[in-house]
Amino acid sequence: MYEFNYRKAASLDEAKDLFSKGEDAKYMSGGMTLLPTLKQRLARPSDVIDLAAVPDMSGIAVTGDTVSIKARTPHAVVAANAEVKKAIPALAKLAGGIGDPMVRNRGTIGGSLANNDPAADYPAAIVGLGATIHTDRRTIAGDDFFQGLFETALEEDELIIQVDFPIPDKAGYMKFPNPASRYCIVGVMVSSKGGNVRVGVTGAGACAFRVKEMEDALKANFAAEAVEKISIPDGDLNSDIHASAEYRAHLVTVMAKRAVAEANG
Amino acid sequence: MTVSFSMTVNGKPVKGECEDRTLLVQYLREHMGLTGTHVGCDTTQCGCCTVHIDGIPMKSCTMLAVSADGCEVTTIEGLAKDGQLHPMQDAFRENHGLQCGFCTPGMVMSAIGIVDRHRGEKLDEKTVRHELEGNICRCTGYHNIVKAVLAASEVMNKA
Amino acid sequence: MADGGIGAAITRKEDRRFLAGRGTYTDDINRPGQVYAAIVRSPHAHARVKSVDVSQALAFPGAVAAFTGADMAADGVGGLPCGWGITQIDGSPMAEPPHPVLQAERVRHVGDPIAVVLAETRNGARDAAEKVAVEYEVLDPVIDTARADADGAPRVHDEARNNICFDWQIGDAGPVDAAFAKADKVATLNLINTRMATCAMEPRAAVAEYESGTGHYTLYTSSQNPHVIRLLLGAFVLNIPEHKLRVVSPDVGGGFGSKIFHYAEEAIVTWAAAKVGRPVKWTAERAESFVSDAQGRDHVSKAELAMDGDGRFLALRVSTHANLGAYLSSFAPLVPTYLYATLLAGQYATPAIHATVRAVFTNTVPVDALRGAGRPEATYLIERLVDEAASVAGLDPAEIRRRNLVPPDAFPYQTPVALAYDSGNYAETLDAALKDGDYAGFETRRADAKARGKLRGIGLAAYIEACGAAPSAIAGQLGARAGLYESAEVRFHPTGTVTVFTGSQSQGQGHETTFAQLITERLGVPVENVEVIHGDTDRIPFGMGTYGSRSLAVGGSAIARATDKIVAKGKKIAAHILEASEDDIEFSAGTFSVAGTDRTLSIGEVAGAAYVPHNYPLDELEPGLDESAFYDPANFTFPAGCQLCEVEIDPETGTVEVVDFTAIDDFGRIVNPMIVDGQVHGGIAHGIGQALFENCVYDGASGQLLTGSLNDYCMPRADNLPSFRTDTRETLCPHNPLGVKGCGEAGTIGGAAAVMNAVADALKPLGIGHIDMPASPYHVWQAIHQSRNKTA
Repeated sequence: MYEFNYRKAASLDEAKDLFSKGEDAKYMSGGMTLLPTLKQRLARPSDVIDLAAVPDMSGIAVTGDTVSIKARTPHAVVAANAEVKKAIPALAKLAGGIGDPMVRNRGTIGGSLANNDPAADYPAAIVGLGATIHTDRRTIAGDDFFQGLFETALEEDELIIQVDFPIPDKAGYMKFPNPASRYCIVGVMVSSKGGNVRVGVTGAGACAFRVKEMEDALKANFAAEAVEKISIPDGDLNSDIHASAEYRAHLVTVMAKRAVAEANG
Repeated sequence: MTVSFSMTVNGKPVKGECEDRTLLVQYLREHMGLTGTHVGCDTTQCGCCTVHIDGIPMKSCTMLAVSADGCEVTTIEGLAKDGQLHPMQDAFRENHGLQCGFCTPGMVMSAIGIVDRHRGEKLDEKTVRHELEGNICRCTGYHNIVKAVLAASEVMNKA
Repeated sequence: MADGGIGAAITRKEDRRFLAGRGTYTDDINRPGQVYAAIVRSPHAHARVKSVDVSQALAFPGAVAAFTGADMAADGVGGLPCGWGITQIDGSPMAEPPHPVLQAERVRHVGDPIAVVLAETRNGARDAAEKVAVEYEVLDPVIDTARADADGAPRVHDEARNNICFDWQIGDAGPVDAAFAKADKVATLNLINTRMATCAMEPRAAVAEYESGTGHYTLYTSSQNPHVIRLLLGAFVLNIPEHKLRVVSPDVGGGFGSKIFHYAEEAIVTWAAAKVGRPVKWTAERAESFVSDAQGRDHVSKAELAMDGDGRFLALRVSTHANLGAYLSSFAPLVPTYLYATLLAGQYATPAIHATVRAVFTNTVPVDALRGAGRPEATYLIERLVDEAASVAGLDPAEIRRRNLVPPDAFPYQTPVALAYDSGNYAETLDAALKDGDYAGFETRRADAKARGKLRGIGLAAYIEACGAAPSAIAGQLGARAGLYESAEVRFHPTGTVTVFTGSQSQGQGHETTFAQLITERLGVPVENVEVIHGDTDRIPFGMGTYGSRSLAVGGSAIARATDKIVAKGKKIAAHILEASEDDIEFSAGTFSVAGTDRTLSIGEVAGAAYVPHNYPLDELEPGLDESAFYDPANFTFPAGCQLCEVEIDPETGTVEVVDFTAIDDFGRIVNPMIVDGQVHGGIAHGIGQALFENCVYDGASGQLLTGSLNDYCMPRADNLPSFRTDTRETLCPHNPLGVKGCGEAGTIGGAAAVMNAVADALKPLGIGHIDMPASPYHVWQAIHQSRNKTA
């Protein structure tokens, strides 16, 4: 790691103030992506602003139709939460499959979303469940949040406060992990709520996206067979030594099919 | 350029000062001489550095030392009580769950976390294998590690 | 069996310190006043170094010194030597280009070291190292194993025309050609043995210090053979006489071959410690390990097997390209020759074999021994080919093996490729594997899997290995530049406890326990009264270290020889004290007795008498009870066995799951069954790792290692593997005093072949032939996808 100044913010305002004063500051939530990046000397922030001491940033609330998760809630807490498991089991499953147990004990939903790694799990849930992201200054629709490779709708100093997931009638999440890193080669979240269907895909492209053709087919018939013949174009998909774009496109179909089957229980 | 913090390490209060960028594992190893916690990779994969922060397993290579401010840190050196090995340490020995010993401290700390998460449940092989995914061992093929964790869970659940 | 002696599955003596976090690995060692070294490495696979400027690094706060290849050359530092020379087919020596410690003129792989920067802190050293300015003229690299020798390929070394290090052969081409001419059937296979990174969990580390008052150097290094390092470093690189150089290998966190070799960093820290007058410490980061630890395997081969009408093997013909990487690592030339092609007979009585090996240089990390070293490559080739032969001959894979095995009454069996197998019963291990793994019931399981949408396959691997390379005299004729014996000293203390000093070096094998058990067995001293010391050239006798599954067979035999000397001397002492003739003294379970009487003396009492010689035959015997032995074996040992693997493939994703694995091994006599079982488990995991997960991938155009971290190099994890079914059979090694053979590599030697045979069997219904490793989801899906496209 290059040298940086560690700053511990006691409030949101202080965090933003420290951010504005830093030449090239970075917020740190769980640090599970930031620190590996720094260790490999791939980034060189002037200041690292730790959000750990900002009060009221962690916790889960489940109301009649919404699961609300505060930004600094660790993945393991989401995965183990009985109410989440009951309301959106696919979300608990997704959180329980991120990284490994130690990563889940420290990594947070807000940190994951703000970083927007193309192979992260949570983005599939954001678009696949139609979540809403509350920041320190506004509300962003999940569909508008991810804007490209490591790019989000967040302004430079903007902080995620909470994520609201509408509770679907049913949902399913299937992930095909990279054998080495365990990140997503492809992850698909499907959900159905009052006749609306969402298919959110992560890992396959530059950032999470929805598959309209599958959603339309599932609206007509929410069954695995409805999507098994739908293939998505591979032109814009990621390609690396672990999976070609063509293989990723294929896996989107397979994972979507399996996610629907899971949703149907 | 330097930060100061206080934490509890293996039950003893510690006042620390180090460079801002110092990782917890570096602090434990280089500042405190607690060399039982190891570093086997630089990408948060291998789990050799696993310690408990307030009783929860975390990778000390992916955490700043200063982030442990106010926390209770337990390392492999802090597991044995009054010269008696922890049941997980015992089970690793009885079941030959270690060879070179390098991944072992992290493996043991992580394994205790598995039993803790499933308190009162009967652990099965599949669960143990799945929840060991954050710890890499090159020597054992995991066979005896899994056996050890299952054996320790029986003992720990009785305690 | 003595209590705790041979055959006892006692828990390990070393475990308590490891489990308590009290092991001492090299990076745990800190010396007063030490500075930290960071190595500046080439980012290019192939480039001319136009200039190296360290001035900015030196100016960095906390920087202590910076050195380049020119600095080392000015001090007369030599290159890293190679410990084995190969004589080519035409009688000429192999190409042996120089291997400077720091490159001053040309870099030949990504990670090739150029300079070292010393600083007060670890982070500071890295910061300062980034300030070293190196100007490169980038050259085209050569990467591909099979095409490295093509005309017009970029040249790695001026000394190696067409990048050929050597052309070598074994066996007789004439009878092979004749057999092929009359063969009824021929099986042919082109296959790739992938390149592996060793990935011992402890990254390499080295700490050196120099005492200017005495001129003494001490190097702590994570090594499998500290004396070998002392010899190579002292005599060839730094010209330090051996009595002034101490090499210590403390606890070593896994080796698997990669810590046999003498590396640049060991020379750098030792030399630099004297230059700056302070201890120097270097520890690899994992990313550095990937580009500086020697890698393994990397063969491209064509194999052909000639058969008669009954599927009996008539002749085997093999040609292999072996990639040695950018430089000759310490024992690189040995691996694809005498550790590979000599094993090509496998367990089979094939009467004629001819193999040619072309070893090539490329702009990749050097390749050397990795768990199994040559023998997994041989086994993979033979066992895949035998399955192909079964297919060609229309025979069951178990049946074609049975027809061709060397029969149990044929030992010693001389193969057509130099080795003389000493003992074995291959049919017995085959039958046991088939029975324990329920080979007969497989088709039911296949049908059951099919009903679940899975493709199930079963695969056999009947392996043989040659362990404890020997004897030194023959090895010398074949190119070895070192001996292959092992040393031991068994030292009784006056109160009857024992310290064993061994030249073997544990990296997790449990020598402190197993070797103590030998003392218990042979001298009757309880295990807890025995301490085993290894890994310090100032304490142990000159030892060759641990690799090639040699420790028990060679190092253990040396201990056995030393115990014989202890008993012989003890008899003389006992005879004197018991006032009997030496010929009448018997020794058993720690007690000397006069035959036919009840007069006895414990070995502890004898030791006491030897050190307090008040009643002692001083006129004919020296005091003390402390004996050494060097053991140079008459032959290799030949562990063998059979592995049976079952896999299930998800045809939609290509994911292969190993659902069952049986290993039946013949390791000769077993000292500690628990430890042996653990070695087999780890070996199998290593084999499965190569078959399904691991692979070093270099970009063909740039030479960048694309799998340079554990994010991309896939290590098998707990949830990738099943529990293993293991058992042993025993035919004793007839030529060593313990009857032991070696067990550390067996699992790996057969493992990859068994898995890939199972994968091939699972894919056969889709009309898919051979696929190369790793059978990763992507590769398997590609094969399935292509076959479906073909049939569509």
